[in-house]
Amino acid sequence: MSSASDPRIPAIQSRIRVVPDFPKPGIMFQDITTLLLDPKAFKDTIDLFIERYQGKNISVVAGIEARGFVFGPPIALAIGAKFVPLRKPGKLPGEIISEDYTLEYGKDCLQMHVGAVKPMERALVVDDLIATGGTLCAAMNLIERAGAEVVECVCVIELPDLKGRERLKGKPLFVLLEAH
Amino acid sequence: MEESKGKEDPRIARISSSIRIIPDFPKPGIMFQDITTLLLDPKAFKDTIDLFVERYKDKKISVVAGIEARGFIFGPPIALAIGAKFVPMRKPRKLPGKVISEEYSLEYGTDKIEMHVGAVQEGERALVVDDLIATGGTLCAAIRLLERVGVTVVECACVIELEELKGREKLSDKPLFVLVSST
Repeated sequence: MSSASDPRIPAIQSRIRVVPDFPKPGIMFQDITTLLLDPKAFKDTIDLFIERYQGKNISVVAGIEARGFVFGPPIALAIGAKFVPLRKPGKLPGEIISEDYTLEYGKDCLQMHVGAVKPMERALVVDDLIATGGTLCAAMNLIERAGAEVVECVCVIELPDLKGRERLKGKPLFVLLEAH
Repeated sequence: MEESKGKEDPRIARISSSIRIIPDFPKPGIMFQDITTLLLDPKAFKDTIDLFVERYKDKKISVVAGIEARGFIFGPPIALAIGAKFVPMRKPRKLPGKVISEEYSLEYGTDKIEMHVGAVQEGERALVVDDLIATGGTLCAAIRLLERVGVTVVECACVIELEELKGREKLSDKPLFVLVSST
Protein backbone atom coordinates (compact mmCIF):
# COMPACT_ATOMS: atom_id res chain seq x y z
CA MET A 1 0.00 0.00 0.00
CA SER A 2 1.32 3.50 -0.67
CA SER A 3 -0.03 7.01 -0.24
CA ALA A 4 0.46 8.18 -3.81
CA SER A 5 -2.42 10.61 -3.58
CA ASP A 6 -1.27 12.70 -0.60
CA PRO A 7 -0.28 16.21 -1.76
CA ARG A 8 2.87 16.16 0.38
CA ILE A 9 4.36 13.20 -1.51
CA PRO A 10 5.67 14.92 -4.68
CA ALA A 11 7.87 17.30 -2.68
CA ILE A 12 9.19 14.41 -0.60
CA GLN A 13 9.96 12.42 -3.74
CA SER A 14 11.71 15.36 -5.37
CA ARG A 15 14.05 15.69 -2.37
CA ILE A 16 15.41 12.18 -2.75
CA ARG A 17 18.64 12.07 -4.72
CA VAL A 18 19.62 9.17 -6.95
CA VAL A 19 23.35 8.44 -6.94
CA PRO A 20 24.46 6.13 -9.78
CA ASP A 21 26.92 3.29 -9.28
CA PHE A 22 26.82 3.30 -5.48
CA PRO A 23 27.84 1.22 -3.59
CA LYS A 24 28.87 -0.61 -6.76
CA PRO A 25 28.49 -0.22 -10.55
CA GLY A 26 24.95 -0.66 -11.85
CA ILE A 27 23.18 0.27 -8.63
CA MET A 28 21.11 3.49 -8.64
CA PHE A 29 21.29 4.42 -4.97
CA GLN A 30 18.28 6.17 -3.43
CA ASP A 31 19.84 8.78 -1.15
CA ILE A 32 17.48 10.08 1.55
CA THR A 33 20.04 12.45 3.10
CA THR A 34 18.88 15.23 0.78
CA LEU A 35 15.35 14.76 2.14
CA LEU A 36 16.72 15.38 5.65
CA LEU A 37 18.15 18.71 4.46
CA ASP A 38 14.62 20.01 3.81
CA PRO A 39 12.95 20.52 7.21
CA LYS A 40 9.44 20.73 5.77
CA ALA A 41 9.80 17.63 3.61
CA PHE A 42 11.36 15.68 6.49
CA LYS A 43 8.56 16.77 8.83
CA ASP A 44 5.91 15.85 6.24
CA THR A 45 7.51 12.39 5.89
CA ILE A 46 7.26 11.77 9.62
CA ASP A 47 3.76 13.28 9.82
CA LEU A 48 2.50 10.88 7.13
CA PHE A 49 3.66 7.96 9.26
CA ILE A 50 2.36 9.43 12.54
CA GLU A 51 -1.08 10.04 11.04
CA ARG A 52 -1.25 6.40 10.01
CA TYR A 53 -0.14 4.85 13.32
CA GLN A 54 -1.43 7.16 16.03
CA GLY A 55 -4.16 5.54 18.08
CA LYS A 56 -3.40 2.02 16.79
CA ASN A 57 -2.02 0.75 20.09
CA ILE A 58 1.52 0.41 18.77
CA SER A 59 3.93 0.11 21.70
CA VAL A 60 7.15 -0.66 19.80
CA VAL A 61 8.88 1.03 16.89
CA ALA A 62 11.90 -1.03 15.82
CA GLY A 63 14.40 0.72 13.55
CA ILE A 64 17.05 -0.94 11.41
CA GLU A 65 20.58 0.44 11.70
CA ALA A 66 21.47 3.02 10.59
CA ARG A 67 18.95 4.90 8.44
CA GLY A 68 16.04 3.33 10.31
CA PHE A 69 17.43 5.23 13.33
CA VAL A 70 16.64 8.52 11.56
CA PHE A 71 12.96 7.78 10.84
CA GLY A 72 12.00 5.44 13.69
CA PRO A 73 12.59 7.60 16.79
CA PRO A 74 10.50 10.61 15.66
CA ILE A 75 7.60 8.23 14.94
CA ALA A 76 8.04 6.48 18.30
CA LEU A 77 8.15 9.78 20.20
CA ALA A 78 4.99 11.08 18.53
CA ILE A 79 2.90 7.94 19.10
CA GLY A 80 4.22 7.24 22.62
CA ALA A 81 5.95 3.97 21.73
CA LYS A 82 9.38 2.76 22.75
CA PHE A 83 12.16 2.77 20.17
CA VAL A 84 14.13 -0.47 19.72
CA PRO A 85 17.33 -0.34 17.64
CA LEU A 86 18.08 -3.41 15.51
CA ARG A 87 21.80 -3.53 14.92
CA LYS A 88 24.71 -5.20 13.14
CA PRO A 89 26.60 -7.74 15.23
CA GLY A 90 28.73 -6.60 18.12
CA LYS A 91 27.15 -3.16 18.55
CA LEU A 92 24.53 -3.83 21.23
CA PRO A 93 25.98 -4.43 24.71
CA GLY A 94 24.57 -7.10 27.02
CA GLU A 95 22.27 -9.99 26.14
CA ILE A 96 21.04 -10.11 22.56
CA ILE A 97 19.21 -12.38 20.14
CA SER A 98 20.53 -12.76 16.59
CA GLU A 99 18.91 -13.46 13.27
CA ASP A 100 21.00 -14.48 10.26
CA TYR A 101 19.86 -13.65 6.75
CA THR A 102 21.21 -14.24 3.26
CA LEU A 103 22.65 -11.62 0.93
CA GLU A 104 23.29 -11.88 -2.80
CA TYR A 105 26.71 -13.25 -1.83
CA GLY A 106 27.08 -14.54 1.71
CA LYS A 107 25.24 -13.81 4.95
CA ASP A 108 24.60 -11.00 7.37
CA CYS A 109 23.12 -10.80 10.84
CA LEU A 110 20.79 -8.49 12.77
CA GLN A 111 20.59 -8.29 16.58
CA MET A 112 18.10 -7.08 19.18
CA HIS A 113 18.35 -6.76 22.96
CA VAL A 114 16.77 -9.50 25.05
CA GLY A 115 13.87 -7.97 26.95
CA ALA A 116 13.47 -4.90 24.73
CA VAL A 117 10.26 -6.28 23.29
CA LYS A 118 7.70 -8.17 25.40
CA PRO A 119 5.24 -10.85 24.27
CA MET A 120 1.97 -9.55 22.83
CA GLU A 121 3.33 -6.08 22.09
CA ARG A 122 2.34 -4.50 18.77
CA ALA A 123 5.31 -3.35 16.71
CA LEU A 124 6.28 -1.47 13.59
CA VAL A 125 9.56 -2.17 11.78
CA VAL A 126 11.06 0.91 10.14
CA ASP A 127 13.79 1.40 7.54
CA ASP A 128 14.42 4.08 4.91
CA LEU A 129 14.00 1.67 2.01
CA ILE A 130 12.93 -1.88 1.14
CA ALA A 131 14.91 -3.59 -1.63
CA THR A 132 14.98 -7.41 -1.58
CA GLY A 133 13.32 -7.48 1.85
CA GLY A 134 16.03 -9.63 3.43
CA THR A 135 16.85 -7.23 6.26
CA LEU A 136 13.19 -6.43 6.99
CA CYS A 137 12.40 -10.13 7.10
CA ALA A 138 15.19 -10.72 9.61
CA ALA A 139 13.93 -7.79 11.68
CA MET A 140 10.39 -9.20 11.67
CA ASN A 141 11.71 -12.57 12.80
CA LEU A 142 13.48 -10.99 15.76
CA ILE A 143 10.30 -9.23 16.90
CA GLU A 144 8.21 -12.39 16.48
CA ARG A 145 10.74 -14.52 18.33
CA ALA A 146 10.24 -12.19 21.28
CA GLY A 147 6.52 -13.01 21.12
CA ALA A 148 5.38 -9.67 19.75
CA GLU A 149 3.27 -8.93 16.69
CA VAL A 150 4.58 -7.03 13.68
CA VAL A 151 1.63 -4.84 12.72
CA GLU A 152 3.30 -3.33 9.64
CA CYS A 153 6.66 -2.73 7.99
CA VAL A 154 7.27 0.93 7.24
CA CYS A 155 9.61 2.46 4.65
CA VAL A 156 9.97 5.75 2.85
CA ILE A 157 10.88 4.05 -0.47
CA GLU A 158 10.11 0.69 -2.09
CA LEU A 159 12.01 -0.79 -5.03
CA PRO A 160 9.11 -2.90 -6.31
CA ASP A 161 11.18 -4.55 -9.08
CA LEU A 162 13.11 -6.39 -6.35
CA LYS A 163 9.87 -7.88 -4.96
CA GLY A 164 10.79 -7.34 -1.32
CA ARG A 165 7.10 -7.19 -0.44
CA GLU A 166 6.85 -10.92 -1.16
CA ARG A 167 9.50 -11.69 1.43
CA LEU A 168 7.53 -10.28 4.33
CA LYS A 169 5.62 -13.50 5.13
CA GLY A 170 2.31 -11.86 4.35
CA LYS A 171 2.86 -8.90 6.66
CA PRO A 172 1.64 -5.52 5.40
CA LEU A 173 4.12 -3.01 4.03
CA PHE A 174 3.48 0.73 3.98
CA VAL A 175 5.66 2.99 1.84
CA LEU A 176 5.39 6.59 0.76
CA LEU A 177 6.86 6.16 -2.71
CA GLU A 178 8.22 3.70 -5.24
CA ALA A 179 11.42 3.93 -7.24
CA HIS A 180 12.22 2.00 -10.39
CA MET B 1 24.83 30.31 27.15
CA GLU B 2 23.99 29.60 30.76
CA GLU B 3 24.75 26.53 32.79
CA SER B 4 26.31 23.63 30.98
CA LYS B 5 24.34 20.89 32.71
CA GLY B 6 20.61 20.42 33.19
CA LYS B 7 21.29 19.10 36.70
CA GLU B 8 18.47 20.98 38.40
CA ASP B 9 15.69 19.93 36.06
CA PRO B 10 13.32 17.42 37.69
CA ARG B 11 13.21 15.32 34.53
CA ILE B 12 16.91 14.48 34.77
CA ALA B 13 16.58 11.92 37.58
CA ARG B 14 14.35 9.63 35.54
CA ILE B 15 16.54 10.03 32.46
CA SER B 16 19.67 9.19 34.43
CA SER B 17 18.15 6.14 36.10
CA SER B 18 16.94 4.77 32.76
CA ILE B 19 20.49 4.49 31.42
CA ARG B 20 21.95 1.03 31.90
CA ILE B 21 25.59 0.34 32.69
CA ILE B 22 27.14 -2.74 31.12
CA PRO B 23 30.51 -3.75 32.55
CA ASP B 24 33.36 -4.91 30.30
CA PHE B 25 31.86 -3.77 27.00
CA PRO B 26 33.21 -3.48 24.34
CA LYS B 27 36.27 -4.73 26.20
CA PRO B 28 37.30 -5.57 29.80
CA GLY B 29 37.50 -2.60 32.14
CA ILE B 30 35.05 -0.39 30.27
CA MET B 31 31.74 0.43 32.00
CA PHE B 32 29.52 1.00 28.95
CA GLN B 33 26.73 3.58 29.22
CA ASP B 34 23.81 1.98 27.38
CA ILE B 35 21.15 4.47 26.28
CA THR B 36 18.94 1.83 24.65
CA THR B 37 17.11 1.36 27.96
CA LEU B 38 16.31 5.09 27.95
CA LEU B 39 14.71 4.62 24.53
CA LEU B 40 12.47 1.92 26.02
CA ASP B 41 10.91 4.50 28.36
CA PRO B 42 8.78 6.80 26.17
CA LYS B 43 8.50 9.49 28.85
CA ALA B 44 12.24 9.54 29.57
CA PHE B 45 13.04 9.62 25.84
CA LYS B 46 10.57 12.45 25.24
CA ASP B 47 11.92 14.39 28.24
CA THR B 48 15.46 13.97 26.88
CA ILE B 49 14.49 15.48 23.54
CA ASP B 50 12.39 18.22 25.18
CA LEU B 51 15.35 19.33 27.32
CA PHE B 52 17.45 19.85 24.19
CA VAL B 53 14.63 21.45 22.19
CA GLU B 54 13.87 23.92 24.98
CA ARG B 55 17.51 24.97 25.01
CA TYR B 56 17.94 25.42 21.26
CA LYS B 57 14.64 26.39 19.72
CA ASP B 58 15.13 30.14 19.70
CA LYS B 59 18.85 30.13 18.92
CA LYS B 60 18.59 30.33 15.09
CA ILE B 61 20.13 26.91 14.63
CA SER B 62 19.70 25.74 11.04
CA VAL B 63 21.78 22.54 11.21
CA VAL B 64 21.73 19.57 13.57
CA ALA B 65 24.64 17.26 12.77
CA GLY B 66 24.39 13.77 14.27
CA ILE B 67 27.25 11.32 14.63
CA GLU B 68 26.66 7.77 13.42
CA ALA B 69 24.94 5.77 14.76
CA ARG B 70 23.52 6.80 18.15
CA GLY B 71 23.62 10.47 17.18
CA PHE B 72 21.05 9.50 14.52
CA ILE B 73 18.58 8.63 17.30
CA PHE B 74 18.77 11.95 19.18
CA GLY B 75 19.61 14.40 16.38
CA PRO B 76 16.58 14.07 14.06
CA PRO B 77 13.90 14.62 16.73
CA ILE B 78 15.72 17.78 17.82
CA ALA B 79 16.09 18.96 14.21
CA LEU B 80 12.41 18.35 13.47
CA ALA B 81 11.28 20.25 16.57
CA ILE B 82 13.46 23.30 15.96
CA GLY B 83 12.98 23.41 12.18
CA ALA B 84 16.61 22.65 11.32
CA LYS B 85 18.01 20.26 8.75
CA PHE B 86 19.57 17.01 9.91
CA VAL B 87 23.04 16.17 8.62
CA PRO B 88 24.39 12.66 9.27
CA MET B 89 28.12 12.41 9.96
CA ARG B 90 29.23 8.93 9.01
CA LYS B 91 32.01 6.37 8.97
CA PRO B 92 33.90 6.13 5.67
CA ARG B 93 32.15 4.92 2.52
CA LYS B 94 28.62 5.00 3.90
CA LEU B 95 27.56 8.31 2.32
CA PRO B 96 27.03 8.14 -1.45
CA GLY B 97 28.29 10.90 -3.71
CA LYS B 98 30.80 13.63 -2.87
CA VAL B 99 31.99 13.83 0.73
CA ILE B 100 34.56 15.65 2.81
CA SER B 101 36.51 13.69 5.41
CA GLU B 102 38.21 14.43 8.69
CA GLU B 103 40.67 12.04 10.26
CA TYR B 104 41.07 11.74 14.01
CA SER B 105 43.25 9.75 16.42
CA LEU B 106 42.21 6.72 18.36
CA GLU B 107 44.12 5.13 21.21
CA TYR B 108 45.78 3.01 18.54
CA GLY B 109 45.59 4.29 14.98
CA THR B 110 43.14 6.67 13.36
CA ASP B 111 39.54 6.77 12.17
CA LYS B 112 37.62 9.06 9.82
CA ILE B 113 34.30 10.83 9.80
CA GLU B 114 32.56 12.07 6.63
CA MET B 115 29.92 14.61 5.65
CA HIS B 116 28.26 15.31 2.30
CA VAL B 117 29.60 18.19 0.22
CA GLY B 118 26.86 20.82 0.04
CA ALA B 119 24.90 19.58 3.06
CA VAL B 120 25.72 22.77 4.93
CA GLN B 121 26.38 26.34 3.78
CA GLU B 122 28.90 28.88 5.01
CA GLY B 123 27.45 30.97 7.81
CA GLU B 124 24.97 28.41 9.09
CA ARG B 125 24.68 27.80 12.83
CA ALA B 126 25.00 24.17 13.90
CA LEU B 127 24.69 21.77 16.80
CA VAL B 128 26.67 18.53 16.92
CA VAL B 129 24.79 15.71 18.64
CA ASP B 130 25.91 12.32 19.95
CA ASP B 131 24.64 10.10 22.75
CA LEU B 132 27.84 10.41 24.76
CA ILE B 133 31.14 12.31 24.96
CA ALA B 134 34.14 10.26 26.12
CA THR B 135 37.58 11.48 25.01
CA GLY B 136 35.99 13.99 22.65
CA GLY B 137 37.92 12.75 19.61
CA THR B 138 34.89 12.10 17.40
CA LEU B 139 33.13 15.31 18.42
CA CYS B 140 36.27 17.29 17.71
CA ALA B 141 36.53 15.80 14.23
CA ALA B 142 32.87 16.61 13.58
CA ILE B 143 33.42 20.23 14.67
CA ARG B 144 36.46 20.55 12.40
CA LEU B 145 34.51 19.21 9.42
CA LEU B 146 31.77 21.81 9.90
CA GLU B 147 34.18 24.66 10.54
CA ARG B 148 36.20 23.80 7.43
CA VAL B 149 33.16 24.77 5.34
CA GLY B 150 32.46 27.95 7.28
CA VAL B 151 29.74 26.77 9.63
CA THR B 152 29.54 28.11 13.20
CA VAL B 153 29.29 25.29 15.72
CA VAL B 154 27.13 26.82 18.43
CA GLU B 155 27.27 23.90 20.85
CA CYS B 156 27.86 20.16 21.21
CA ALA B 157 24.95 18.32 22.79
CA CYS B 158 25.21 14.90 24.41
CA VAL B 159 23.01 12.92 26.75
CA ILE B 160 25.99 11.69 28.81
CA GLU B 161 29.47 13.00 29.64
CA LEU B 162 32.23 10.76 30.98
CA GLU B 163 33.93 13.49 33.00
CA GLU B 164 37.00 11.43 33.82
CA LEU B 165 38.02 11.27 30.17
CA LYS B 166 38.14 15.08 29.96
CA GLY B 167 36.49 15.32 26.56
CA ARG B 168 35.27 18.79 27.49
CA GLU B 169 38.86 20.03 27.55
CA LYS B 170 39.48 18.63 24.10
CA LEU B 171 36.64 20.77 22.75
CA SER B 172 38.56 23.81 24.12
CA ASP B 173 36.43 26.83 23.27
CA LYS B 174 33.36 24.99 22.05
CA PRO B 175 30.53 24.81 24.58
CA LEU B 176 29.27 21.39 25.59
CA PHE B 177 25.80 20.72 26.99
CA VAL B 178 25.02 17.38 28.63
CA LEU B 179 22.13 16.07 30.66
CA VAL B 180 23.91 13.45 32.75
CA SER B 181 27.48 13.34 34.04
CA SER B 182 29.08 10.04 34.82
CA THR B 183 32.23 9.57 36.86
